[in-house]
Amino acid sequence: MSRPIKVLIAKPGLDGHDRGAKVASLALRQAGFEVLYTGLHQTIEQIVEAAAQEDVDVVGLSILSGAHIPYTEKLMARLEEIGLRPITIVGGNIPAADVARLRALGVDGVFPTGSRFDAIADFLRARVQAPQPG
Amino acid sequence: MSKEVRQVLLESGIAVKPVYGPQDLSGDEPQRSIGQPGEFPFTRGIHPLMYRARPFTMRQYAGFGTPEETNERFKMLIANGQNALNVAFDLPTQMGLDSNDPRAEGEVGRVGIAVDTLADMELAFDGIPISEISVSLTVNALAAPIIAMYFVVAQKHGVEQSEVRGTAQNDILKEYIGRGAWVFPVEPALRMIGDTIEFCARHAPKYYPVSICGYHIRESGADPIQEIAYAYCIAKEYVRLGIDRGLGVDDFAGRLSFNFDIFGNLFEQVAKFRAARRLWAKIMRDEFDARDLQTMKMKMIAGGGGGGLTIEQPENNIVRGAYYALISALSGAQTMALCSYDEAYTIPTEKAALISLRTMQILVEEMGLCDTVDPLAGSYYVEWLTNELERRIVAEMERVENEWGGIVRAVEDGLVQREVSHQAWKYEQGLQDGSIPKVGLNRYRMEEEERQVELHTYRPEQAEASIRRTAQVVSSRDSQQVSEALEAVRQAAINGHNTMPSMMRAVSSYATLGEITGVLKEVFGEFQEPVGF
Repeated sequence: MSRPIKVLIAKPGLDGHDRGAKVASLALRQAGFEVLYTGLHQTIEQIVEAAAQEDVDVVGLSILSGAHIPYTEKLMARLEEIGLRPITIVGGNIPAADVARLRALGVDGVFPTGSRFDAIADFLRARVQAPQPG
Repeated sequence: MSKEVRQVLLESGIAVKPVYGPQDLSGDEPQRSIGQPGEFPFTRGIHPLMYRARPFTMRQYAGFGTPEETNERFKMLIANGQNALNVAFDLPTQMGLDSNDPRAEGEVGRVGIAVDTLADMELAFDGIPISEISVSLTVNALAAPIIAMYFVVAQKHGVEQSEVRGTAQNDILKEYIGRGAWVFPVEPALRMIGDTIEFCARHAPKYYPVSICGYHIRESGADPIQEIAYAYCIAKEYVRLGIDRGLGVDDFAGRLSFNFDIFGNLFEQVAKFRAARRLWAKIMRDEFDARDLQTMKMKMIAGGGGGGLTIEQPENNIVRGAYYALISALSGAQTMALCSYDEAYTIPTEKAALISLRTMQILVEEMGLCDTVDPLAGSYYVEWLTNELERRIVAEMERVENEWGGIVRAVEDGLVQREVSHQAWKYEQGLQDGSIPKVGLNRYRMEEEERQVELHTYRPEQAEASIRRTAQVVSSRDSQQVSEALEAVRQAAINGHNTMPSMMRAVSSYATLGEITGVLKEVFGEFQEPVGF
């Protein structure tokens, strides 16, 4: 039996709106994923360290302050720096115009407010290569 | 007509009958429980004439970028008939970080005004008639130094501390439940609120030092019963803080106000507010032995919440805002504010903010909402629902006490956060499976729609401006004075003295908010969030 897909849901920076992060965590857990949630006010360094330590398949950032571009830039740079390649997704108040900008930064999936949970789950199942039996 | 009548269940879990009549109020004693406006238990409103004497105050949340830009937006709102201000601070300010702090990067001036020193507040209020306009400061963890800055600015405008009016949000317990702008652990954070309550009661008696927010608890997922119940549990803690400082309940508790949320079913919201008003009066009279009717009056800003708005078909949010404003007026709110139609995306543009203001003005000027007091009173349904909601709010408050050991412990242990998150998850499932109808989202959805809304744009260069200004301020201040003032803050924090006098001294010396916060962090430490859910 393969282990469940392991997801780190993270709240970078100062934004305290965690409803979406918590609800998405509960939704993914219900859908059979193993979900870790960082809690609020994390630096990108802390998030990447947690991702490496926990050997997660997916890192998801939830940002509602509008600062999704600078935080995502930092995340991608930091992941590159330490050679970690999880699937990355970003959710929150993302204006349509910024979806392409996030994709250009190398983000695998963007799920703005109002996205369906089954869409997120399906996307992750398709993108994470079936993990080897453990 | 079909034999089966459709079941209706409100968000609060209350089943609604198709018809209500006098029998639904039997056993109730209308004279006592409904009463007259301006009289205990204030079900119908806290003033005898309500809006007939004076319409609700209009107070849109505003602030972004540099102090100059915010000042301009303030002046625009005032010029267009707004008679109060509600200041939005950026996240670094709310968390006590200066603009040049690495952790502030990307957030300076983004969701509010960046305030590093008194100089920024002076610029933001330049030319604003502080003596006539009541100003609300949306700040919590760092409310004490920001209130201190406001008092100093007011003094410079010729308004003495004893005369200064206004409100600070300053409700830290709800930050741990929703909104998340906490810094210090619960105990010292509560102590700082005690400091502001005590200081204001003794030196700034016209100032409202705390606005207890059910709003953000509901925005985080709570149902209407939980919104009021948790806010009231929190409010009771703050009342105890004042009493523990040796204040008489009637000397300060009338200066605690409330901030509640509006979205969802119209009648459920109106009944919620009428029930809340009645319950607060009883709590203050019966549990805290208040004697002054002013202390028993639940004063509130009830605003149209972002939680009801949709990112889909955003113009529909203008219509939702109008209904929320109607609800607020039918509920007897003292102050009204609306989330603007573009706030599902970002902070509002000038155009969107103006539409919100005009929405409220149309209610006052055209719709007859200010003609007669509590016009829904006596409706069998509304009175029945008011009774039902009051009963359930009381039961939820008892649950917090009996099962969780009180709200402070429930917050420290993350129990209330967990409860609210699970409620949010339940609600979200309802939206996604369509059992909770939402037009544009799960009803009348338009898949191909273009979401072309003109949005507020963030200019990263404003961070540079803020950093430059603070560097200038820092280089021209008396550094000896600053370090002495910061030391006074430290000593007050360590020795359990009221921190407000030393805060006033520190901000007057142009100590930065980051410096003050740094001192407090050294003494108090930082909150460790319980993340399990």
